[in-house]
Amino acid sequence: MKKAPWWIIGVMVGIVFLIIGFGREQFDDIYNKAIMICLECIGIG
Amino acid sequence: MRRFTFARIRLFFQILYTIVTNGYAYGYLNGKIYKGSLKYACVPGLNCYSCPGAVGSCPIGALQAALNEHKIEVPFAVIGFLFVFGSLFGRFVCGWLCPFGLLQDLLHKIPLFKKRKQLPYHNVLKYGKYLVLIGLVIVGSSFLFGGFVKVPAFCKYLCPSGTFMGAIPLISANANLQMQVGGLFYWKLGVLITLIILSIKIYRPFCQYLCPLGAVYGLFNRFSLVQIRWTKEECTSCGACQRACPVNLPPEKISVSPECIKCGKCVDACPTDCLHFCKKTNNRQVKEIKR
Repeated sequence: MKKAPWWIIGVMVGIVFLIIGFGREQFDDIYNKAIMICLECIGIG
Repeated sequence: MRRFTFARIRLFFQILYTIVTNGYAYGYLNGKIYKGSLKYACVPGLNCYSCPGAVGSCPIGALQAALNEHKIEVPFAVIGFLFVFGSLFGRFVCGWLCPFGLLQDLLHKIPLFKKRKQLPYHNVLKYGKYLVLIGLVIVGSSFLFGGFVKVPAFCKYLCPSGTFMGAIPLISANANLQMQVGGLFYWKLGVLITLIILSIKIYRPFCQYLCPLGAVYGLFNRFSLVQIRWTKEECTSCGACQRACPVNLPPEKISVSPECIKCGKCVDACPTDCLHFCKKTNNRQVKEIKR
């Protein structure tokens, strides 16, 4: 049986993780952080 | 005679990617950041989301933000992005897309100082990026650090991309932020200036020794879709590839080493065309992308 290349397995794992993250509303966490000026990032916080 | 060199194409890609992912011009003019829905997604490269022009989220910043949450939860979404980008490209992202990599590439072209590929004790120092990944990004962000609160330790204490792409443009255009500048900002500015001076002499010091995103993508390098294939039978062992390689890799380690950023300088330099960009079709074979 032909074995799938590792990169395809990696992409599939990534997509599964993205779906789980979507289900757990983790994209909202990413967005909510990214739309605020990160004071730590700019050396003020 | 070759029709093109990868060096020129790479520079074009780096500039194009930097413009596209930092194209929110209104932010630069008004000292504000983009708040649209594109920020739900992470971009592949190290790109501070507090950059006024940034239209996507930085994967390392997002990872730290997830680890900073009060609830203890695996950050599946960010790890998912890293798996997808890493499996497709590996450190090709560093070589061809990352805006801070582009800055270091341009700085290294300045005809000042005698150029060196690496710092002394490179074989020890190259593990610094893994230390930064574990110590600052994961542990520093997951546990109480710097007092009684969780902080994004890498962004706060080290990230020069945040200073260059976020702090300087924002503080320049925003009077409220100018009044809050203090010791931490000057520390980060010092880190940035040190790396800028080092970049003129050493090739990409931040990428080689400190970048946690490069450390992550390096783990995928051997398995990623985009590869550089070395045909041993056609190689004359002239050493041209290793001399051209900015991180000094021998041909057998090109593409598979976590240090290789797949810049393609070895491909351009090879007189016998025994090095080719290719895509991995299964775990043993690779398919060449012909010029």
